[in-house]
Amino acid sequence: MLIIKNLHAEVEGKQILKGIDLTVNAGEVHAIMGPNGSGKSSLAAVLAGRDGYRVTEGEVLYEGKNLLEMAPEIRAREGVFLAFQYPIEIPGVSNINFLKTALAEIRAYQDLPPLDAKEFLQLSREKQRLVEFDAKLVNRSLNEGFSGGEKKRNEIFQLAMLEPKLSILDETDSGLDIDALRIVSKGVNKLRSSRNAFMIITHYQRLLEYIVPGFVHVLYDGRIVKSGTKELALELEEKGYDWLKEASRENVTTV
Amino acid sequence: MANDNEIIENIANKEYEFGFVTDIEMDVAPAGLSEDTIRYISEKKKEPEWLLEWRLKGLQAFGRQKLPDWQNFDLPRIDFQKISYYAAPKSKKKYDSLDQVDPELLATFEKLGIPLSEQKALAGVAVDIVFDSVSVKTTYKEKLKELGIIFCSFGEAVQEHPELVKKYLGSVVPYSDNIFAALNAAAFSDGSFVYIPKGVRCPMELSTYFRINTENTGQFERTLIIADEGSYVSYLEGCTAPMRDENQLHAAVVELIALGNAEIKYSTVQNWYPGDKDGKGGIYNFVTKRGICKGANAKISWTQVETGSAITWKYPSVILQGDHSTGEFYSVAVTRNRQIADTGTKMHHIGRGTRSRIISKGISAGHGQNSYRGLVQIGPKADEARNFTQCDSLLIGDRCGAHTFPYIESKNNTATVEHEATTSKIGEDQIFYLNQRGIDSEKAVALIINGYAREVLNQLPMEFAVEAQKLLSITLEGSVG
Repeated sequence: MLIIKNLHAEVEGKQILKGIDLTVNAGEVHAIMGPNGSGKSSLAAVLAGRDGYRVTEGEVLYEGKNLLEMAPEIRAREGVFLAFQYPIEIPGVSNINFLKTALAEIRAYQDLPPLDAKEFLQLSREKQRLVEFDAKLVNRSLNEGFSGGEKKRNEIFQLAMLEPKLSILDETDSGLDIDALRIVSKGVNKLRSSRNAFMIITHYQRLLEYIVPGFVHVLYDGRIVKSGTKELALELEEKGYDWLKEASRENVTTV
Repeated sequence: MANDNEIIENIANKEYEFGFVTDIEMDVAPAGLSEDTIRYISEKKKEPEWLLEWRLKGLQAFGRQKLPDWQNFDLPRIDFQKISYYAAPKSKKKYDSLDQVDPELLATFEKLGIPLSEQKALAGVAVDIVFDSVSVKTTYKEKLKELGIIFCSFGEAVQEHPELVKKYLGSVVPYSDNIFAALNAAAFSDGSFVYIPKGVRCPMELSTYFRINTENTGQFERTLIIADEGSYVSYLEGCTAPMRDENQLHAAVVELIALGNAEIKYSTVQNWYPGDKDGKGGIYNFVTKRGICKGANAKISWTQVETGSAITWKYPSVILQGDHSTGEFYSVAVTRNRQIADTGTKMHHIGRGTRSRIISKGISAGHGQNSYRGLVQIGPKADEARNFTQCDSLLIGDRCGAHTFPYIESKNNTATVEHEATTSKIGEDQIFYLNQRGIDSEKAVALIINGYAREVLNQLPMEFAVEAQKLLSITLEGSVG
């Protein structure tokens, strides 16, 4: 589904990704871990097409197509979803109206007519139940006045509604209490299928207890310095990142 | 992908969508303003002597008055002698059905997407169209008549209900109010007249579409709405105008009178030609709009969505004379390219327990300049009067401006006056967030703008709100994406 080859990128002239190689197949869950400033969120931003991130080398193939050539909204319509680390507030735009617009755009891209009001409402109710999203928040202005946890849960609700193929969760666990974390994870687990894939960016192993990844990658200084299975996450929890920093300095990459 | 700057540039290149001229035979008075012109207009309209005299007083007042100098923009020089003060479509005047209406006129409305026709009537709207001065057609008049509601052109009201016109004309906006009001008093062409009898709730939205069409014809509409005790009416005014090189002056006057327990809702969507991207051409929209809550518990609510005109300069106001009467002002004003808006409201609290609410949303893009100017005046007898003002500005790009001039004068220490103001920019992060959900930048901006203006748009009647929402999107198309 996603093939990242030797991806280099800079922001404001500063190199932040220094040669990322990663392959994600349908049905897989990949965790991207690493200390602050290692390039985790930058990787998410580059994949989503955020302004200001310049790719200097390498390529990204998504379903065989050049992802980097696509405008952000095209990437989204193609099925790439980014759950934001800091979801944005848009006053006066109701959550549901926003989702209706987004879904209609995505469906139009697939040559499908928009859902009628009844179908949309049904879908919305179904997905609210699935991810345990508070119905009261559905009609409120998009993220306006939402608590940190509510915003993150709204991201998952949107994910459920838009049914992307590749979901990138950028530190969705940060700022969540244990109950919210459990609900968010439960939602994600329900949405997992053999047709979609998840990239879960996180600092902590905690989230990975709930959403069990098939692969764990450690990012450090713009490179993946170690990849492994979920046991790697446990090892990191135990030993911290320092031993990997050492490894990076010696330029050892293990697959 | 286009960056924001490119996109901001695009706004300037967006052509005015409604720029076209309808080719209809016109009866045009020679240019210039004089006693002779006034007499010509009055005679053309077969007006009674008292009205001619009133017009002439207006002309004298106009001669005495000076142009204001307090506004937040340079007033362009206007040669009042170059303006033609009367234009009316020739001959064919009375229509019983749409078939008799000039097909070209209908085609024009079609282009504007205005369903003049029965469809609109079926939707519950009686439309009184002022096509350059003379009302061409009034629908649903018969049905309204059954309820005793009078909804007709101003000229018709002068002929058929002179006692009402005489009683209320100039009672809220006197002919000497300001120079443009004086000009209007002298030369007003036509307009609309509404009377709602005691206790009657007008069952449909009354709607007028104004449209400026003849070159060099200043348009001087006059609207008078009287809601008798305990009655209710919602009135819609919507405008678009064809593209034009020369500036056109529009100096309308609107007077609203709400008697005890009566309510008037007056909604405007204004989309006149704003001039090109360098500020050439465009309408000068200098309008005097004022209402009076004459009796206790009366209510007047102004809602305006102003997207057009080179200069929009008006302050729809309410005189809160009756005890416990309410005045409201909801406004969205958009300026882009070189457009200027200096708009706001005045709330004059005279009676006890009077309340007013002001929600103003300015949107500036390109080189647009947007000023909110508002006066809240609390008189000595206005015990427990309350005002709430919220004044927000939204900036798109970094070459536009937003200005706020709130004035508060309180002569009663039991009154409460609140003022809140914010200024914000459409953030790149907001646009990116929406992009990431599959929404392109253009739609994203439309969504954000409509969200920002929602509190005001919600005040509009349903059908109008949808039009206004589209208009905002079209107006700001290309502004950030």
